[in-house]
Amino acid sequence: MNTTIQETPDFRKTTPIDQVGVEERVAKFNTRSIKKESKMFALKLALSMVDLTTLEGADSPGRVKQLCYKAMHPHDSAGDIPKVAAICVYPSYVKLAKQTLAGSGIQVASVATAFPSGWAPLKAKLEEVRYCVDEGADEIDMVISRGEFLRGNYSYIFDEVAAVKEACGPAHLKVILETGELQTLDNVRKASDIAMYAGADFIKTSTGKISPAATQPVTLVMFEAIRDFYYKTGIKVGMKPAGGIRDSKLALRYLVMLRETLGNDWMNPNMFRFGASALANDLLMQIIKQRTGVYQSADYFSKD
Amino acid sequence: MLKESDIQKKHALDFSSGWAYDPAPEGTDHITLKKQYGHFINGKFTDPAEGGFFSTINPATEEELATVALGTQADIDAAVSAARSAYTNVWSKMSGRDRGRYLYRIARMIQERAREFAVIESLDGGKPIRESRDVDVPLAAAHFFYYAGWADKLEYAVPGRSPKPLGVAGQIIPWNFPLLMAAWKLAPALATGNTVVLKPAETTPLTALKLAEIIQECELPAGVVNIVTGAGETGAALVNHPDVDKIAFTGSTAVGKLIQKSIAGTRKKLTLELGGKAANIVFEDAPIDQAVEGIINGIFFNQGHVCCAGSRLFVQESIADVVRDKLIDRLQTLRVGDPLDKNTDIGAINSKQQLETINRYLEIGLNEGADIYQAKCSLPETGYWCCPTLISNVSQSHRVVQEEIFGPVLTIQTFRTPEEVLEKANNTPYGLSGGVWTDKGSKIFKLTSGIRAGVLWANTFNKFDPTSPFGGYKESGLGREGGLHGLFPYLKF
Repeated sequence: MNTTIQETPDFRKTTPIDQVGVEERVAKFNTRSIKKESKMFALKLALSMVDLTTLEGADSPGRVKQLCYKAMHPHDSAGDIPKVAAICVYPSYVKLAKQTLAGSGIQVASVATAFPSGWAPLKAKLEEVRYCVDEGADEIDMVISRGEFLRGNYSYIFDEVAAVKEACGPAHLKVILETGELQTLDNVRKASDIAMYAGADFIKTSTGKISPAATQPVTLVMFEAIRDFYYKTGIKVGMKPAGGIRDSKLALRYLVMLRETLGNDWMNPNMFRFGASALANDLLMQIIKQRTGVYQSADYFSKD
Repeated sequence: MLKESDIQKKHALDFSSGWAYDPAPEGTDHITLKKQYGHFINGKFTDPAEGGFFSTINPATEEELATVALGTQADIDAAVSAARSAYTNVWSKMSGRDRGRYLYRIARMIQERAREFAVIESLDGGKPIRESRDVDVPLAAAHFFYYAGWADKLEYAVPGRSPKPLGVAGQIIPWNFPLLMAAWKLAPALATGNTVVLKPAETTPLTALKLAEIIQECELPAGVVNIVTGAGETGAALVNHPDVDKIAFTGSTAVGKLIQKSIAGTRKKLTLELGGKAANIVFEDAPIDQAVEGIINGIFFNQGHVCCAGSRLFVQESIADVVRDKLIDRLQTLRVGDPLDKNTDIGAINSKQQLETINRYLEIGLNEGADIYQAKCSLPETGYWCCPTLISNVSQSHRVVQEEIFGPVLTIQTFRTPEEVLEKANNTPYGLSGGVWTDKGSKIFKLTSGIRAGVLWANTFNKFDPTSPFGGYKESGLGREGGLHGLFPYLKF
């Protein structure tokens, strides 16, 4: 678990990122050919890294319960299928999710801090975080104040993340950068650094409410930020690309990037997550295809 | 030799355990290779007049792929005479537009048979299929497309002057990019109205001979392109042939010098594209992770068998440790092995002879007191292999820094100021290419205008495009290939 680091770099200084180089590196990762056993291993691993998410205004207790059941039983008709890593809900449903998932080992994550925009007084944000933790949340997904970040108020972001970290207590803190609003890779790198030095246990690309959500270049830059932070401090920070990862092929490409950038220590649900509900069924479909040699129709996989 | 245990790192990453990729070999059932290839003279495959045949092997397995004809004076005579007659009777009379149509046809057929060409290139030369598939073959087609476009526009290339072809061009190409170098040589020569006798390298003749099949299928008039296979003596016969108007050579500086001597006093025009020992310069304000990728791509692309490889790394002292640690971690994720595996990053060394050269330099480096670090990699039992290698604790006076090794071997030096690194970068007999990594535009301009080299890259390395001229200063050669400039060596005004 990360803590707020006392000695921090000067966040006004930019760590330059070359976008052309990043995109070229991503293209090279994408030529990796994953076959046979190594593909099956990766599909199952990816499934175990999924955070099933429902973050709609129309959410209902019934929907949250369904999602929890799906998390525990992704596809019971086929044996040897891993459970997903976590369920991600709004604060009001933390208690229900926690009760439904009791004993399953699946984590309950709650978005907090005036998700998705982050426009609320810090006091209200911290109260929301404490509420979620009291309700039983294992993980808190906060959003940074992009408005303050973009006007160059970096110390505000640092203090905000540090305060939320403190309010989290035992809960793990994921910091959502909303990279779609940060626009440049230099900004993505900077926001990643601020979040990690302020105590983030995970850094996460997106809320899923803004397009573009997670992209491979953004994720690679965040991996590299995590790697540099690890080189400096010895602390391993996790990573969660969220939104836009809909199929297995793309998920495997993320795992290739992860494997070759951060190595084996990150290849588990404690260090890496996919925030992508639609991905779960495609992974299941591919796993069954690998086993049987034929694709089944989407109607054979439950949608909850 | 430095061991893993000598590399003291506080926080190491684990790239050796966990998820591993299964073999993903590209198939070979779709290619057709004959057992034996004659020379391609006057539009036909013909047996050698007297030289017999020699074998070309797969450097990854040491197995014979085919036998090819050994060219002698008689074959060169026949080829040059076919080229001369095709020049006089057909090609020099044909309109540029029609010449262009043949070139477009060749380009399209390379694209259609790209997969077959990529596999054969990897089989014969040892380069990873990822590179032959994504770089060599597409670029070869692109060169034909590009010069096809020039064929009917030559009068616009040099406004106000009327360009004329030279006649018969003798072209000798190396083994590191066999098909691509054939394209670099053939496309501008044909577009400008010359006819050609091409000699591929003796270790990698197969894709040029497959190209001859395409040339046949395209119904290019007989004798416009002739291909004679063989080694140094065959090349010498071509260089010294009295009826050749132009020599274009890509290869070693030593042979380049021989060629220049032997054609001195003749009317033959000459272009040479020779060796290199490029400086790749990384400043502290560079995008470091992308620079590390550029360093890797600069020296380990095609096993370092690249004349413009970034073989001398200069890192600003303040970031030297960071860059070195990152390089060492990155080396662990480079996959060395079967060139046909789609996940292979570094394939086989092209020949036994070249492997011996590389190993000799590693020994020289050791004797000179350099720190040599080789990535841990498990190598196949047969074939010619070299693990990616970093050499540090070296200076300008070390032979491994001065001489071209032409393998996956990178020397690392540090610097403090732009002036210092500029002096070191230029302190070499070569001047083919160079790279500068910094976020600051003014520094890019200062360095790139100061480095005496033909090709300079900023925040990238080893980028090639048919529209861009390529060639060297000093012992790296003379003349330019590619782009508008690539037309001039094949024209007179």
